[in-house]
Amino acid sequence: MIELEHVSKRYGETEVVSDVTLTVPPRSIAAIVGTSGSGKTTLLRMINRLVEPSAGTIKLDGVDHRSVPPHELRRRIGYVIQGHGLFPHRTVAQNIATVPALLGWPRAKTKARVDELLTLFQLDPAEFAARYPHELSGGQQQRVGVARALAAGPNLLLMDEPFGALDPIIRAKAQADLLSLQARLGTTIILVTHDIEEAVLLGHRIAVMDAGRVLQYAPPSEILARPATPFVEALVGTGERPFKLLSLKPVAEAVEQGIVEGEPIAASATQRDALAALLWSGRPALPVQSAEGVIIGKVTVAGLSKRAARPE
Amino acid sequence: MRALPTLARLAALALLAAFLMRPDWFEPVFRPLTENGAPAIYNQGSLLGLTLAHLGLVALATAGATALAVALAILVTRPFGAEFLPLSRALVNIGQTFPPVAVLALAVPAVGFGATPTLIALFLYGLLPIFENTLTGLTTLSPAVVEAAKGTGMTATQRLARVELPLAAPVILAGIRLSVVIGLATATIGSTVAAKTVGEVIIAGLLSNNLAFVLQGGLIVAVLAVLIYDGFTALGRVAGRWSGGTS
Repeated sequence: MIELEHVSKRYGETEVVSDVTLTVPPRSIAAIVGTSGSGKTTLLRMINRLVEPSAGTIKLDGVDHRSVPPHELRRRIGYVIQGHGLFPHRTVAQNIATVPALLGWPRAKTKARVDELLTLFQLDPAEFAARYPHELSGGQQQRVGVARALAAGPNLLLMDEPFGALDPIIRAKAQADLLSLQARLGTTIILVTHDIEEAVLLGHRIAVMDAGRVLQYAPPSEILARPATPFVEALVGTGERPFKLLSLKPVAEAVEQGIVEGEPIAASATQRDALAALLWSGRPALPVQSAEGVIIGKVTVAGLSKRAARPE
Repeated sequence: MRALPTLARLAALALLAAFLMRPDWFEPVFRPLTENGAPAIYNQGSLLGLTLAHLGLVALATAGATALAVALAILVTRPFGAEFLPLSRALVNIGQTFPPVAVLALAVPAVGFGATPTLIALFLYGLLPIFENTLTGLTTLSPAVVEAAKGTGMTATQRLARVELPLAAPVILAGIRLSVVIGLATATIGSTVAAKTVGEVIIAGLLSNNLAFVLQGGLIVAVLAVLIYDGFTALGRVAGRWSGGTS
């Protein structure tokens, strides 16, 4: 659990982060979203003490984070930055082994961990371990950056615009991979992004920041349905709102009884994808297929449009 | 075809070694350059001995200059040393603008004749390229990489040793290369104040109007400079192999 209590950061007269209080529950993803200059990156960097707060306290699992020296704190917190920041003079394996090396892990344990992470990120250790970062594609570099951050098994992962340098198709894949990884490892993630779409997709809770203040900190459905201020409403974008709402829930929750013709939709797909498939096929309803391949019912345009309406 | 430059360098090295070990073999080559039956090959000392002394002098001066210049550059790029940047820039620049001949002239009364005044002149002259290159290498690191080094929990010393210096190494090596080559050429004038260098051969040739001596002294220094320059270039390529040959 991460607790920020009345955290502020001033540089001279300017206050870039003002009195932020928020709690990130364990094993969840919190997305901090805001425009550039909103203070979101400064807020993130205060958690691993790359920036020292001017006021307030930050507690990790109940312990003030100033109780250990900064470099030791950072070895326990994974950190992923935009443009990956891989060490160009070190191989992929050496990059991933950075924190284990600092912690003095035995060679065999480090090697096993590096291979495990490379495999987890769909990079064949035999092929990639000895390569230098410049020999990788953008998507591969990004994955190695996340693998490096996770090497010592941190409970907390901080990500600053981790997908900002990727093209849209690779970004969608990287986002999906992060979600399944987080579900599997249970790591608490705090992610900074300027993209509300990404925040809605990844965040269990979203903090909207503007001019150093957190305007609203709530689950995505709440942010979409009840924006706290006109700024939040503008950020969410009224035109896209119903579709974003649908994108939060799987088709499984919108299944109705009945048998219909047509190409089946996976129960794990989002309701937004289902609506798109319905509109594109021109049918009022399509069958829904479970992960085991069994048809469990149908999903309808009428049913989805009710769910896309503003929640009461 | 790619082996050709390497072969040419090996041939130059073999030729130089042969000339230093058995100078009399080359007597017929230099004979036409002499007049009135003057000796064609330097005969007032061992060419090999002079060359080794020359190299030793340059190596010692460059090692000293490297140690001081790199240490200074590291100091002024740390947060606590930043205020010394203008001062150390000025000091190092003075070392470079002062002509080596003037340093020799000033140093002789203080430390006497011999190798010491030459060592001082070469040391001062070699500081600037190494200092400036180290400074460039350490201040042009990618901000994302520096941020990542901090974020992974490296201490300041670990960042310097594991990230900053290895990344700056190719640029630092280029600075040392420049200093060595300048030093090799400049060391010859050290013989005017009785330092044992290949300059002795050139000066003897000038005094006795013997073109053969001047030429052999010049050729030895020139071949040494080219070979050492290439050696450092290869070393820099090894230090920067991670970049895929872009730097």
